[in-house]
Amino acid sequence: MMKSKPDEEDYWNSSKFKAFTFDDEDDEFSRLKESKQAVNSIRGLVEEDDDEDDVEKVSWSGEPVGSISWSVRETAASNHRTDREPAFPKINTETPPLSRSHSGYSLSSLFKGKTKGGNFQSITDTLSDSSVRLYAPELRKPKSEYKDYVSDWSPEETVHRMKQGKSVSLEKFRSLQDKLLLLDFSVAAHDGNVITAVLIYLKRTLSKEVLFRELESRQTALRHFIHYLTETRDQKLLLELLRALGRTEDMVLLQYKEHLSIADENKRRDFLKSCLSLPFPADDSAHVQDHYTLLERQIIIEATDGQAERGGKVEMFHKFPRRASIVNMPLITTLYYCCFYHYEEPEGSFSSPLNIRHTFRISEKQFFVTALAARAKLKAWSDVDALFTCRNWLGFTRKRSPVTFSRVVDILQKNSAPTQVLQDYVALVDDVTLRISLAQKLKCHDIIINTYRDLKDRQLLLGYRGKVEIGSAEERKIIELLDNQQIRWKN
Amino acid sequence: MAAHLSYGRVNLNILREAARKELREFLDKCAGSKAIVWDEYLTGPFGLIAQYSLLKEHEVEKMFTLKSGRLPSADVKNIIFFVRPRLELMDIIAENVCSEDKQHSPRDFHILFVPRRSMLCEQRLKEQGVLGSFINIDEYILDLIPYDGDLLSMEYESAFRECYLENDQTSLYHTAKGLMTLQALYGTIPQIYGKGECARHVANMMLRMKREFAGSQNQILPVFDTLLLLDRNVDLLTPVATQLTYEGLIDEIYGINNGYVKLPPEKFAQKKQGEASKDLPTEPKKLQLNSAEELYAEIRDKNFNAVGAALSKKAKIISAAFEERHNAKTVGEIKQFVSQLPHMQAARSSLANHTSVAELIKDITTSEAFFDNLTVEQEFMTGVDTDKVNTYIEDSIAQKDPLIKILRLVCMQSVCNNGLKQKVFDYYKREILQTYGYEHILTLNNLEKSGLLKPQTSSRNNYPTIRKTLKLWMEDANEQNPNDISYVYSGYAPLSIRLTQVLARPGWRSIEEVLKMLPGPHFEERQQLPAGLHKKRQQGENRTTLVFFLGGVTYAEIAALRFLSQMEDSGMEYIIATTKLINGTTWIKSLMDRPESQTP
Repeated sequence: MMKSKPDEEDYWNSSKFKAFTFDDEDDEFSRLKESKQAVNSIRGLVEEDDDEDDVEKVSWSGEPVGSISWSVRETAASNHRTDREPAFPKINTETPPLSRSHSGYSLSSLFKGKTKGGNFQSITDTLSDSSVRLYAPELRKPKSEYKDYVSDWSPEETVHRMKQGKSVSLEKFRSLQDKLLLLDFSVAAHDGNVITAVLIYLKRTLSKEVLFRELESRQTALRHFIHYLTETRDQKLLLELLRALGRTEDMVLLQYKEHLSIADENKRRDFLKSCLSLPFPADDSAHVQDHYTLLERQIIIEATDGQAERGGKVEMFHKFPRRASIVNMPLITTLYYCCFYHYEEPEGSFSSPLNIRHTFRISEKQFFVTALAARAKLKAWSDVDALFTCRNWLGFTRKRSPVTFSRVVDILQKNSAPTQVLQDYVALVDDVTLRISLAQKLKCHDIIINTYRDLKDRQLLLGYRGKVEIGSAEERKIIELLDNQQIRWKN
Repeated sequence: MAAHLSYGRVNLNILREAARKELREFLDKCAGSKAIVWDEYLTGPFGLIAQYSLLKEHEVEKMFTLKSGRLPSADVKNIIFFVRPRLELMDIIAENVCSEDKQHSPRDFHILFVPRRSMLCEQRLKEQGVLGSFINIDEYILDLIPYDGDLLSMEYESAFRECYLENDQTSLYHTAKGLMTLQALYGTIPQIYGKGECARHVANMMLRMKREFAGSQNQILPVFDTLLLLDRNVDLLTPVATQLTYEGLIDEIYGINNGYVKLPPEKFAQKKQGEASKDLPTEPKKLQLNSAEELYAEIRDKNFNAVGAALSKKAKIISAAFEERHNAKTVGEIKQFVSQLPHMQAARSSLANHTSVAELIKDITTSEAFFDNLTVEQEFMTGVDTDKVNTYIEDSIAQKDPLIKILRLVCMQSVCNNGLKQKVFDYYKREILQTYGYEHILTLNNLEKSGLLKPQTSSRNNYPTIRKTLKLWMEDANEQNPNDISYVYSGYAPLSIRLTQVLARPGWRSIEEVLKMLPGPHFEERQQLPAGLHKKRQQGENRTTLVFFLGGVTYAEIAALRFLSQMEDSGMEYIIATTKLINGTTWIKSLMDRPESQTP
């Protein structure tokens, strides 16, 4: 259903924008219906008792039979069945197979035939200090290759061999100059695996200071190194690297991010506290401070309220049991919580909404909307009313709101406010057409009648008479108005 | 099965066949019966290459998803892991292998890395002490996957994030490799144009790879005349706008994954006459969406406002076709009618499905929320009040609308204003952090780094100039019978596609000024063709351009390119390639830190 939005339609017609509406000339809806009807009528024609899709076979999950993801489930399921079949536990009569690791290597190299970037085992082997021979027994290698292994390859040749997946030893590159040559050739070779292999060797054999310094002038290698540290979750070294590079912002955020992986709230709070001294950019540092303050407070509130709830003496918790812990919830959610359970508290209290508002510099609108929703949920209509009230200098009270009254009505309605409450606020909507459409939607007859009266529109009022119940107070009011000789109707 | 891939200007089935051949070869390397253990993420992309039947032919008897713990028992000789090169997956594999050894039957293990093997992963396997257990460790290079007759995707979700946020160019390397494979199959592409840092980088890598292969000349007559490489960050605006084509809206609302969409089942319940539908299906309805389906190919790229008319027209045609049976008098005529029945039934069921989908979408597009959101988007795109705090955004935050919706709008405002005024920027930032949680500092910083959301640095806003020069906003967009690409967003013509259009005619020289305002260099390269491979073009024959979107492309942009291909006087046909098919939501999500904590 298209909602009637006359004012906005005017806006579209008068402005240069194209509205994306459906009820222009053709009624698209009826067209859809048309094609649906056609479909249904045809269905009766062509279908006997087969409801199956004719185009393709579809399994119970709706996925075409034979697609891979379908088959994964399907074969897994069938396996599940066979899994249960054997009734007796099988006794393992076979001797455990010998570790295949030895033959593994040679088999795979046989398998390979050509070396298409293959046999990285050899690279990894040479990287670790101890187990060079564990997976690659030299004895089984052809002699020529064995010779290669000990030969004195230059950095360039070594990189070339690594790229081809042949075995190499990096250990003999001892001088800084050689190591850097190795790195530069690997970067020039544009092979990520080779670059990473060289970097791992450098990381092991160079001091951090030297490595960081040299990486700074080698951006590609640096990127690979950062990627490597990220992948292997070497947070400590990564932070050191970023600090050494002067990339403080990255470093600071990376460190801050760490809090997400801390589950214990007290530890998380302490960690956030340690973040406060980090050199955040100005605005972020205020946000991080707030983050810490909020969590600290949530922990206190949670402890106090949890105790009160368990004690069973506080009526609020009894009537409206808390659904979840407030810890780690966003600020506005916390404010809502406090407006719900701690509305009356003096501003000195940690959980007082006013205190929260001031501590975190919450905007008037946000505070207002949140408090409104919380009090409406509790059906505390006098609190709701008080939110709007402000006295002018003559001492009269009038209603004022930082958001439009149509938004107010929207919030109240979402919290299932009764018509008597709603109409007070509908009446305050400035825009006449909007007021009427809201009143119609919410069945606030009085407002509609009064608005028509104010518009001096007899025709509309007459028309509305048909919409109210016969004999109701509303009808009587309409009749009274229509009979009123004092009003100068415009039609 | 994949015939729709070969209908287009370029037969993309060749690429698919090449990928299938390689898969078969690998499977045959592991002789004997086998079970495949899948990295679940890969089943989608592989589904575009092969069906279970192909695997079965090569003795794949069981398939499982990769899970920690013990492998399910299966009486097979080989266990093959199909995985992406990720360290966390290696740990799972190691766990699988370790618990296996205690069992009785020795099975052979293999790993197939997709798309590349990684030294880091192999090292991790070694640390876990299982590397030696593998007989085959291989890689399956799946760079460009044929998605449809004119569409290739790498299905590389994190490409944009890696390139523009983490400064990691791995995806660009794969892109260049993929383009080399493509050229090996379809001939060298003589002309390369590009705009953006990443485009420049990919072109450089391609040219270098070509030099390295200098020995072997490619003797295939070139199919593509031109390659256009476009960085996504040249056009940050288009993806955050709500797509208004049929396919675009399906993706925006339900999300298309590897060519499939899952829909709420209610509207698809088939009611038989006189039978009360007691049990509604609870499983989502899954539909495959591609040009193999005639009706879908016809309506996918239309503005949604024109879909109703197209469906009802189709309904009439199908009804009329079924009515034909009354006219069939002779046995021959009846026979002919019957022979057409399967085709007609398929058309009928396709019509039924899309009528239901259109109804589902219509419920949303006619809602007030959708309308209001679109209104704000269009204001931003036309440059109205982009320098102030927007009340709609403010209200949406106060109502706790989904964070991604808020971020899409705020980013759009920022892009359309060449950065937000510091005060506006600070205000949005505070409201977002207070309402959705302070940890989103990380996400906001990511958006800032990628250029989507930033404070204004210079007082000069160049968006209006770009908008006017490239005619990004068209007052009279015709949704029913479009005459310009702007119909895909009901008024907004996607910047990326305008660049493509201008390149074809009259050429980029006419928009030098604007090109300089957009980030990154623009360039042109030529690749020498061996003598004898120069095309002799027939009079009036269209040229073919491959447009590669680095960092993602939306369905609406694809629709706009297809529209250009079909224009009679354009003289150009477009094939589209991308790292990933995206929409504003999936795109922003890929830039978020810890998106899983997001309340939907």
